[in-house]
Amino acid sequence: MNNVIEVSHLSKIYRLGEIGTGTISQDLQRWVAKMRGKEDPFLKIGEANDRSQKGETDIVYSLRDMNFTIGQGEAVGVIGRNGAGKSTLLKILSRVTSPTTGKIKIKGRIASLLEVGTGFHPELTGKENIYLNGAILGMRKKEIDRKFDQIVDFSGVERYIDTPVKRYSSGMYVRLAFAVAAHLESEILIVDEVLAVGDADFQSKCLGKMKDVSHDQGRTVLFVSHNLASVRALCERSMLLQNGQLTSMGASGSIINEYLDSGKSLAVKDTFKIVENDIFRWTDLRIENNQKTQILTINDELTLRFEVFFKQDIPGIAYEFYLYDKAETMVFMSFTHTLRMVEGNHVIECKIPKNILNDQAYSLTVGISKDYKYFIAKLEHIIRFELENYFDEYGWQGEIPGVIRPKCSWALNDKAI
Amino acid sequence: MKEVVQGHADTWDLVIEPRSGVFDINFTDLWRYRDLLWLLVKRDFVSFYKQTILGPLWFFIQPFFTTVIYVFIFGSLAGLKTDGLPGPLFYMTNVVAWNYFSDCLLKTSTVFKDNANIFGKVYFPRLIMPLSIVVSNMVRFAVQLLLLFLTIAYYIIFKDYHLQLNAYFLLFPLIIILMAMLGLGAGMLISALTTKYRDLTFLVTFGVQLLMYVTPVIYPLSSAPQKYKGFIALNPLSPIMEGMRLGLLGKGDFSFHSLLYSVIATLVILFTGIVVFNKVEKTFVDTV
Repeated sequence: MNNVIEVSHLSKIYRLGEIGTGTISQDLQRWVAKMRGKEDPFLKIGEANDRSQKGETDIVYSLRDMNFTIGQGEAVGVIGRNGAGKSTLLKILSRVTSPTTGKIKIKGRIASLLEVGTGFHPELTGKENIYLNGAILGMRKKEIDRKFDQIVDFSGVERYIDTPVKRYSSGMYVRLAFAVAAHLESEILIVDEVLAVGDADFQSKCLGKMKDVSHDQGRTVLFVSHNLASVRALCERSMLLQNGQLTSMGASGSIINEYLDSGKSLAVKDTFKIVENDIFRWTDLRIENNQKTQILTINDELTLRFEVFFKQDIPGIAYEFYLYDKAETMVFMSFTHTLRMVEGNHVIECKIPKNILNDQAYSLTVGISKDYKYFIAKLEHIIRFELENYFDEYGWQGEIPGVIRPKCSWALNDKAI
Repeated sequence: MKEVVQGHADTWDLVIEPRSGVFDINFTDLWRYRDLLWLLVKRDFVSFYKQTILGPLWFFIQPFFTTVIYVFIFGSLAGLKTDGLPGPLFYMTNVVAWNYFSDCLLKTSTVFKDNANIFGKVYFPRLIMPLSIVVSNMVRFAVQLLLLFLTIAYYIIFKDYHLQLNAYFLLFPLIIILMAMLGLGAGMLISALTTKYRDLTFLVTFGVQLLMYVTPVIYPLSSAPQKYKGFIALNPLSPIMEGMRLGLLGKGDFSFHSLLYSVIATLVILFTGIVVFNKVEKTFVDTV
């Protein structure tokens, strides 16, 4: 197999904190070092990009010494937690930003879709935007002329093609934008989660197009997604990024499992700070699954766990939580009876059943109240967590809409199906 | 797999590396994206007058009223000389030319900031953006020249103004290109620096205003006091403005020496601008 992408010793550093006024002196130091033929003094002190730990310097490696090759016609998934370096890698590959060290060699035309509808101008009509957007993505005018009808057809907004896009619904806008992108003719395509757009019908159309591109047309695809089910379906191989490093690369199935098992540490702890008043001390709060892995999936039973210390005996205490979806609409709430708490340490646990929530982001507001009348402590949106779905029994790879996703039982002629 | 790679070592189409040469512009890339340049210019035009009643008329309104105000303030109130030319003609020529330069400079100087969204998501030769600004302003400039020519015609027909056509008119295209290059070069230089040091943005807007006063725009170079004349002549824009007036209206304090100076200064600024712009475009996404 011919390699079309070859990455060697790729690193990218970022400076944290405020960039601007204070940098002239650093710029000068760097310049002096360069004049004397020495290494950049700020490069040596870089450290791994672990955002949960406060670093000693304000320089971090967003990518560190990455090496891999991708063959022609391969579809490769890139997975990793937020901040693992996925976007940085894509940005460098699509030449939006430049690496700090290392080299990338590419064979063929490369097109990247880090976003749909880049450069759309609201005042221009759909038609004018197809041309403008196409040209921004690297298409020649002749090429767009040739594909214009296909693009319009794919987008399904034919009626509005001479209307300014600012009058479009958001769905129409996205359809048109994806339609342009889907008709790019490049040997290598880089896609960043743009699939999570539009309604279910359009999503399946997009995924179909993606499959087409990689399987039938033999083009190389690099696909970044949080949706593990679609990575599994689209890509034979995947790479896992952790803290800016390429931890492993191999068959998608095993990489996804590795990702799910990665870091046997607690799920959420970063936002909680100890709350203390005259009555009690709230020492810990966390949400976790039974295996206590870092990644929570929709198939996990979740445990919300409070740890409190009461300084005195007190009656009428109730624990409660409110679960919100990403639009901050309340999904449901749950609370205990009023309880008599005795002095000392207590652990309160609430189990949220599996297969009830969808694979999206949620947040929890947690409170401890007295006699159901007032809160002795209430923490708004204290925990934000995201559920993942990595295996879908129906073979559906798109996002399933809905705030919740309970497992319902179906029957055909009285037989469960 | 390794051998295959080595066997094809020379056939890579693109190599991405941290640093590159000082003056390395990928002209083939630039050429490949020429349609984008054209579409961006078209976008600027179409979006300019959409949903306006007067539409393209707006291109005329601004220089027309600026000229009226200048004639009133600098001509009537302050009594500045106009090289023996009719005030409206003198000021309109200067206003149209100065606007072109300052629009090129100001719009180019914010090109990174204005396009951070697009630049952060898609690659294309970044040089396309400032080039499109210069070209779309040039079209606008051409439209405004029409107004100027109409005014000149009006003066010839109704006011018995005697236009002295001369060979310097042939310099006109060169002078326009010089202005464009100067605006582009200075703008790119500033745009590259503003990505890191935002202070410059504040400096630029009023700096351009100040620059107008040390350029023969509201006065002719010939009537500048002798002791400042040398200083004003140092401004590479001065020969451009004077040469333009000489070609169009037949009066101007112009020599080929000063034009040569202007050409050299412009090339130096443009070259520096491109070099700095090229350097910044590779990583500006991280700082902006």
